[in-house]
Amino acid sequence: MAETPMIEARGLTKRYGPVVALAGIDLEVPAGSILGVLGPNGAGKTTAVRILTTLALPDEGHAQVAGFDVTAQAAEVRKHIGVTAQDATLDELLTGRQNLVMVGELSGLRRSQAKARAAELLERFDLADAANRVLKTYSGGMRRRLDLAAGLTTRPPVLFLDEPTTGLDPTSRVNVWGLIRDLVSDGLTLLLTTQYLDEADYLADRIVVIDHGRVIAEGSSQELKAATGGATLEVTLTTPQAEAVDALSRFVAGPVHTSHDGRRLRAPVRSASGLATTVVRALDEAGVLVDDVEVHQPSLDDVFFALTGRGADETAHGEVADVAGVALEGAIR
Amino acid sequence: MTAVATIPTTPAGPAAWQGRSGLGSRLHDVVVLTRRNLVHILREPMQLSDVTVQPILFTMLFIYVLGSGVPIAGGSYKEFAVAGLLALNLTTSSMGTAVGLSTDLTTGVIDRFRTLPMWRASVLVGRTLADLLSAAVCVLFVMVSGLAIGWRPHASAPSIIGAFAVVLFFTYALSWACACLGIVAKGPESGASLGLIVLFPLAFVSNALVPTRGMPAWLRDVADWNPVSAVTAAVRDLFGNPNPSAAIHVWPMQHPVLASLAWSVGILAVFAPLAAYLFRRRTTE
Repeated sequence: MAETPMIEARGLTKRYGPVVALAGIDLEVPAGSILGVLGPNGAGKTTAVRILTTLALPDEGHAQVAGFDVTAQAAEVRKHIGVTAQDATLDELLTGRQNLVMVGELSGLRRSQAKARAAELLERFDLADAANRVLKTYSGGMRRRLDLAAGLTTRPPVLFLDEPTTGLDPTSRVNVWGLIRDLVSDGLTLLLTTQYLDEADYLADRIVVIDHGRVIAEGSSQELKAATGGATLEVTLTTPQAEAVDALSRFVAGPVHTSHDGRRLRAPVRSASGLATTVVRALDEAGVLVDDVEVHQPSLDDVFFALTGRGADETAHGEVADVAGVALEGAIR
Repeated sequence: MTAVATIPTTPAGPAAWQGRSGLGSRLHDVVVLTRRNLVHILREPMQLSDVTVQPILFTMLFIYVLGSGVPIAGGSYKEFAVAGLLALNLTTSSMGTAVGLSTDLTTGVIDRFRTLPMWRASVLVGRTLADLLSAAVCVLFVMVSGLAIGWRPHASAPSIIGAFAVVLFFTYALSWACACLGIVAKGPESGASLGLIVLFPLAFVSNALVPTRGMPAWLRDVADWNPVSAVTAAVRDLFGNPNPSAAIHVWPMQHPVLASLAWSVGILAVFAPLAAYLFRRRTTE
């Protein structure tokens, strides 16, 4: 059965004054899957999420969420989505519990239902002990967990997470990752933006890489890595031996680089499966003593570098645009 | 395209809004947000000082400092001044609406509200209703401090309650005008200073603290037509306190209760739709 995707966007564009935030973006998220939208600061991730969650209107293009048009049927869309925005969107002066009860009530739950749901979520997100504390006293990790909980109050079928772990310490990050993984086992459809490559790699079924308001690559994390080129083989010898290069040349996909001391050999390889064993066996047959064999899989950092010519955390020539983007984001709020 | 049918529903499903009528759910949203704003006020007691400390301070300052030099025909200055202090305190306290709303607009909480299936204008209604309740606290403090220094009303209970109703209705209307300032303001500080610029002349260029007959002619005309003067004169009449404005032959001073109600309805009719429009514009991108 051909299912309509839960989130579908076609040709979305959006400009803020002279700044082009989105230059025509297509997205598609099938029901029950996680799409990771990956890109550096100012790439247009947040703008895309704001359009899909009815907070902003696209200049061109159209999008549907849960089968409803985000501009013509915004009210229906809001009944089917949960949102965790990049900045805290909860009430600093209310307690964790009061915040969740308020969100529940404003989503249409009766007060008793909203209270029961809040208690359930506080328990699940490990916030029961802090439930009656004012939000001002929460740590960054606790706020994120509460923000996630707020997005889930009505058990929405579609959830948007805008940079869910930005600014968190490593422990809280892993913690939030665990919670997000659990959500999808509940059958949710999820769109998550991130500037962390390992995050997209770990959480997303499919990844869309965006830069300067455009999709520059799309696929599973494996496909993206494969498209970038294969893995790298690195062999460390006990003593320099010329036979080693000949023995290796059968397995590699490019020239073998030898280090100055002649002990370390590096070469690109295509297929990584079972490679280390084969290499060790071949070197042994050639009478070469090996200290170490490593096969490096490309990281998403390599992917981003291959696509844009710069690392994901560098702003490079985009610096001026980014500064404008930041100032603009401030102005919008 | 009939996409809806092919969307799989989650087992628990979002079924929350079923069976709720439009009006009922709007009222529900208003109640929820009014309660939220009241929790805010209680949690930041400094916010309440506008309606607690200020009335006591103003009563003492104006009656003992200013009052000693103002002769009032047909009664004492304190008999004259309490109605004026009521109008003055309530007028300036409506600034709270501008500050509260501009504070909300600078935080992410409005974004959160906008992604929820709620009535958007309930943000405004909930704000003005919470401010109306704190205005009622203000009335209480002015009355108690008035009674403490020897002021007394000389009217029946319904008439006194009528006075409260007139002044609170005016305050409520005014808080919609302040809501517009709060939406236009860039942040709470600028909301407060915009409020100050508008509300202080409105409160002071009136008959609230001194009879208008001593003012220069042009200023007297402004003061006699100022809605705050009409409200003050109405409260004086309804309290049975001396009301020198009754001798002034302009329509609002001859019919202060009617004039107060007319002003309040007029302000509400202009500024409530304007606030809704400005709010929609500010929260659309």
